[in-house]
Amino acid sequence: MVASNIEVWQRATVVSVEDIATGIRRIVLAPEKPAKADPGTHLDLMVTIDGRPEKRSYSIVDASATGDRVALSVFRTPTSRGGSIWMHQLAPGDVLEVTQPLQNFPLRYGAPRYLLLAGGVGITAIAAMARALAKVNADFTLVYAGRSRSAMAYLRDLEAELGDRIRIHVDDEGTTMSVAALVESISADTEVYMCGPIRLMDAVRRSWGDRGLPPQQLRYETFGASGWFDPEEFTVRIPKLGVEAVVPKGRSMLEALEDAGVDMMFDCRRGECGLCEVRVQSLTGNIDHRDVFYSDRQKEDRAKMCCCVSRVVSAGAPAVVTIETS
Amino acid sequence: MTDTMPARQTSTTHKVMPHPLNAWYVAAWDHEVTRKPMARRIADRPLALYRTEDGRAVALADACWHRLAPLSMGKVVGRDGIQCPYHGIVYDSLGRCVSMPAQETINPSATVPSFPVVERYRYVWVWLGDPALADPALVPDMHQMDSPEWAGDGLTIHAKCNFQLVLDNLMDLTHEEFVHSSTIGQEELSESDFVTTHDDRTVKVERWMLNIDPPPFWLKNMRDKFPGFSGKVDRWQIIHFEAPSTICIDVGVAMAGTGAPEGDRSQGVNGYVMNTITPETDRTSHYFWAFMRNYRLDSQLITTQLRQGVNGVFGEDEVMLEAQQAAIDANPDYEFYNLNIDAGGMWARRIIERMLEAEGRSARMAPAAPTFRRTGA
Repeated sequence: MVASNIEVWQRATVVSVEDIATGIRRIVLAPEKPAKADPGTHLDLMVTIDGRPEKRSYSIVDASATGDRVALSVFRTPTSRGGSIWMHQLAPGDVLEVTQPLQNFPLRYGAPRYLLLAGGVGITAIAAMARALAKVNADFTLVYAGRSRSAMAYLRDLEAELGDRIRIHVDDEGTTMSVAALVESISADTEVYMCGPIRLMDAVRRSWGDRGLPPQQLRYETFGASGWFDPEEFTVRIPKLGVEAVVPKGRSMLEALEDAGVDMMFDCRRGECGLCEVRVQSLTGNIDHRDVFYSDRQKEDRAKMCCCVSRVVSAGAPAVVTIETS
Repeated sequence: MTDTMPARQTSTTHKVMPHPLNAWYVAAWDHEVTRKPMARRIADRPLALYRTEDGRAVALADACWHRLAPLSMGKVVGRDGIQCPYHGIVYDSLGRCVSMPAQETINPSATVPSFPVVERYRYVWVWLGDPALADPALVPDMHQMDSPEWAGDGLTIHAKCNFQLVLDNLMDLTHEEFVHSSTIGQEELSESDFVTTHDDRTVKVERWMLNIDPPPFWLKNMRDKFPGFSGKVDRWQIIHFEAPSTICIDVGVAMAGTGAPEGDRSQGVNGYVMNTITPETDRTSHYFWAFMRNYRLDSQLITTQLRQGVNGVFGEDEVMLEAQQAAIDANPDYEFYNLNIDAGGMWARRIIERMLEAEGRSARMAPAAPTFRRTGA
């Protein structure tokens, strides 16, 4: 059944925590108002960063049939904005505020064939799809790429469950995936669902476009959590408002401007909708576009950016961006 | 066996039956769905129905992802798309946005729910429940609708009552004596015995009335096949229910004593009353029916006469069902009670209740009234 995306906030209790791969912790929650979690769903939940409540989204890896147990898996990134650090300190019995399962990445049944593509912790959004497709005996392949086997969550489980329907690429074993070769091998009637680092997804989208495949058959989800560069501290200036703010590594430009008292417009906060767009007047450094709102051409223009996810990185001198807001 | 039996159920007979969602429901006649999108509410869900360029029927949620404007007011574009009439966002037949005016990319979250569709037996069927369970083999058997051995036609009644009231009506035909006294009613209906049987998905109620005078409707049909016929007939009504809401009734009369009860119907006329009832809301239904016959297949005159005749008969049911629903709502303190004649309808109710339980919904609850937004494909 199709679920509602009206957020129903509720309390959830941590049932168990377990380290399942390098830096990745599985956290099982018992929500107060269970609801069925279809493949592709995520939870929004409130974390605390520097004493402030912040909303984060995590894919549901698996769940009980009624949704009274929901498993997330959180990668504690070295460049975390604070959410994954907070999630990693959760212990059984802790209570947090969560939504019911929300759906922006629905799996369609009945496609002639599927390719599921997971990069690193992106497997959290893809694993449930693989299991659902296996259950209905669909024609699919799961391609799962990672740096090393020890950093690839659920690898052994999925290998055991999926047999020859899973294909593994591991950097430190010299079997790094070639995006071009992968996209080249896709038949025109294949539906692709992918989740992974933005570099991977950008590369796939580019090859997809180059091949002229139907864009709507490439499904993906991003929470805007990764970029082309590691996050750096940078300065943002809004001359019109007389604002100058420092954007620390662990905060987004949108958050830093909100902290500075600027009345910012925004909606999705994951680089999809374009409402938080700011106009770039001058730039010292480069823009690390982490959104999926702008086209490649627009990104190369460096005239606008989605301040909810995109950042500025230095190129020699300290990074500074001067902007106008809406 | 007793270990696995469900706990003894208290006897409640729901006045407003919730509808299962894991089921195929008829959304429309095949001819209704065209390249011009149409709106129809099915199982409490507003749908936009249209056909792709290659003729495939599509059912999308009738609300644009952006501001929920009804897509049914939009127009078809390209091979399989539909364009929102408000801001021009285009979706494909899977409900995936393929064009967002005023930006160079497409928001990957922009989808509207697209529901599985099967076209069969002259109807467009939709599945609103868990799409992983949408097995076309579960479409109820209505093969007489497009079999070369049968001919006929039908219409749709917009019945202002809960779908279960229509099922109750069709599962017990003793009402014909009182509601349809001028056409098919006769007192032998309530005097004759009937046999009810069931399995997990179906219920059968069989009634034979031997050596009786044919009521006007059946006398006319006999004379269509056997000009000048007069005399007694053996009459049958064999009601086939298939979950959740399809009822095909094998009806007919044959010259009395010519062997119809034993299987030789050659001296009679045989029809199938095809009924499939789609919940629209918990108090309104789309009642799709047809009358099919297996004689004089080439006579459009008979097809039209039968369709108009049955339409008149079913109009009498419609009046009663609406009045019944109004009385139910006007008398909230009173319960339903049952008669022996309700056996078929009660088995249908029990099967539907088990479908609801399998969906994690108790039949005791009011029908789920979820809100739907921003999901799909």
